Amino acid sequence: MSNISEFSLTRIVSGIKKKDFTSEEVTRSFINNSKKSKKLNTYITECFDQAIQSAKNFDKKKDYKGLLSGVPIAVKDLFCTRNVKTTAGSKILHNFVPTYESTITSNLWSQGSFLLGKLNCDEFAMGSSNETSFFGNVINPFGQKLVPGGSSGGSASALAANLTPATIGTDTGGSIRQPASFTGTVGLKPTYGRCSRWGIVAFASSLDQAGPMTKNVKDCALLLQAMSGYDPKDSTSVDIKVDNYTSKLTEKIKGLKIGIPKEYTVDNMPNEIDNIWKQGVDYLIDAGATIKNISLPHTIYALPAYYIVAPAEASSNLARYDGVKYGHRAKGNNLVEMYENTRSEGFGDEVKRRILIGTYVLSSGYYDAYYLKAQKVRQLIKNDFDKAFTDVDAILTPSTPSSAFKIGDKKDDPVSMYLNDIFTVPVNLSGLPAISVPTGYDKNNLPLGLQLIGKAFDEQTILNLSLAIEKRANFNKKIKVWWN
Amino acid sequence: MSIDKDTVKHISKLARISLDDKKIANLSKDLSSIMKFIEKLNELNTDKTSPLTSIINASLKSRSDEIRDGKIRDQILKNSPETNKEFFVVPKVIE
Repeated sequence: MSNISEFSLTRIVSGIKKKDFTSEEVTRSFINNSKKSKKLNTYITECFDQAIQSAKNFDKKKDYKGLLSGVPIAVKDLFCTRNVKTTAGSKILHNFVPTYESTITSNLWSQGSFLLGKLNCDEFAMGSSNETSFFGNVINPFGQKLVPGGSSGGSASALAANLTPATIGTDTGGSIRQPASFTGTVGLKPTYGRCSRWGIVAFASSLDQAGPMTKNVKDCALLLQAMSGYDPKDSTSVDIKVDNYTSKLTEKIKGLKIGIPKEYTVDNMPNEIDNIWKQGVDYLIDAGATIKNISLPHTIYALPAYYIVAPAEASSNLARYDGVKYGHRAKGNNLVEMYENTRSEGFGDEVKRRILIGTYVLSSGYYDAYYLKAQKVRQLIKNDFDKAFTDVDAILTPSTPSSAFKIGDKKDDPVSMYLNDIFTVPVNLSGLPAISVPTGYDKNNLPLGLQLIGKAFDEQTILNLSLAIEKRANFNKKIKVWWN
Repeated sequence: MSIDKDTVKHISKLARISLDDKKIANLSKDLSSIMKFIEKLNELNTDKTSPLTSIINASLKSRSDEIRDGKIRDQILKNSPETNKEFFVVPKVIE
C-alpha cells in the first residue's frame, strides 16, 4: 500500500470507515511527514501528542457519523483554538492561548476531525508571500527559494507536501486562492456569510472569509460542507441552506455559460498564463459549456479600493492589541507610552504600514476623499459582476498574474507585492465565491491555477466547473521530496 | 499625495505606535508610494454612485436580548500580561 499521507481527504475518510487503516495510522503518517519537514517551516504549533491521543480515542469508539470521522487536520494559525496557542503569525500574540474555539474549527471537530497543529501565515494575514510572519517565512515544496504565496502559505505548503490531508485558510484579498495556485492545490473562498467568522483573528471584517484548501475538487466540496452554515455568533453569517456539495458534485456542466473578462490581464504577464487560460476555456467547451466574452470595466480600480478598505478596517480591528488584556506587553513610563511601545515592538513592518494607511484614510478631513470614495468604487465593481451574472453562470480567469516567485523578490516594494492579488481582490470586494484549481505548469515546472468566480451562494456551480477542468487537466503534482 | 515625515509622526501618534527616525523615513517613502497607487481612484467620477454598505442582500437577524454566558472572569483575565485579583493592571494613570 502506498503511503497514506498521499491519499486524498475523501479516500482517507472512506478508508477509515472501511477499516483499511485506523485513525491512528493515518495520524502517525502525517506526523511522521511533518516531523521530517521542518525545513518548510509550515508549523507554528504542533499538537502531535494530543492528535495521537484523539486518534486512539476515535479508534476505540469507532463513531463514523461525521463527514470527517477520524481525520487529523492542521489549520491556519488565525483560527482560535481552545487551550492551543493562536498567534496570527504575530509577535503581539506570541503567547496567546484562547479560552474558546472558533466556530469553523468547532464545526470540523463535530464532524469527527481533530487538530494536528497550527500552520504558519503572514502576520495578521497581511501578505502575499508568507514573508511577514514573525515565525519566519514558509518554503514552497516546489522550490527551496520559492515563496508558497500568502497569507495562507503554511497551509498551502503543508498540504502540497502531504503534511495534512486537507486544511483551512482565510481569504481577505486572495489569501486562499493565490497560495493554492502557487502550490498546485485547490482553494476556495466561499461567499461572504457562507462561513462563520466568529473566533477568527480579524483582519478586514467586510472581506474576511474562511475556506477549504485541499488536494482535489471533491475534497474541497466535502470540507466546505463540513465548515459552512449560519452561526448566531456571527451576525454577518447568512441563514440559507447549505447544499450537499459532495452529492451534487458533477462534471456534467453542459449548457452552462462561462464569461471570459477581457480586463483580467496585466502588462508583462507571462504567455504561459494566457495559454493556460485558453486551455481552461477549451476544457470547459469540451465539457459542454458555452463561452462568452464579457467586460468587468472597473477591475483595474479594485486593488486601489482594496488598499483603502482593508487597511481602514484593519486599523480599527487591530486597535484591540494594547498590551492590557492579552498578548505581548512592552514597558512604558505611562499608559500611552506602554501602548505605543507594545504596538511598536509587537507588530511587524507590513502590519504597521497597513495600520498607518488605515489611520490616515480614516483621519479627520480625509474620510470622504478616501474611504467614502473607495466604498463607492466598491459598489461599481460589484455592479460589474451583477451585470455580468445576468448573462453568465460563472467567470473564468487566471488565479494569479505569475507563478510562485523567489523569497525576497518583492519584499522591499509593497506595491509590487500587492499586485499579486490583482485577479483575486475584486471577488472579495464583491463578496462572491471563487475557487482556484490547478491546471498546468509554467516553463520552470511551477504550478499555475485558474480561478472560477460564481454567483453569491452558488459554490456548487464553481465546484462542478472545477471538477470538469480537473478531470481534463489531469494535473499531476510533479514534486520531488527534497526537504526531508 | 506624498506622506511626509511629519504626517507619519502624526498618524503614528493617532495609531499609538512609537517609531524611531529611521522607521519614520522608511514609512514616509512606503506610504507615499501606496497612496500614489491608491489615487488612481480619482480618475473615476463617482458623484452619482452611492457607497456600498453591505455586500450581501440579507437583512441582519435579530435575537432576544438575554444573557447567554457570564461568570467567565477567570477566562477573560487568563491571558493578561498583568493582573491583580480580578483586575487588569496598567501603568498608573492618575497622579
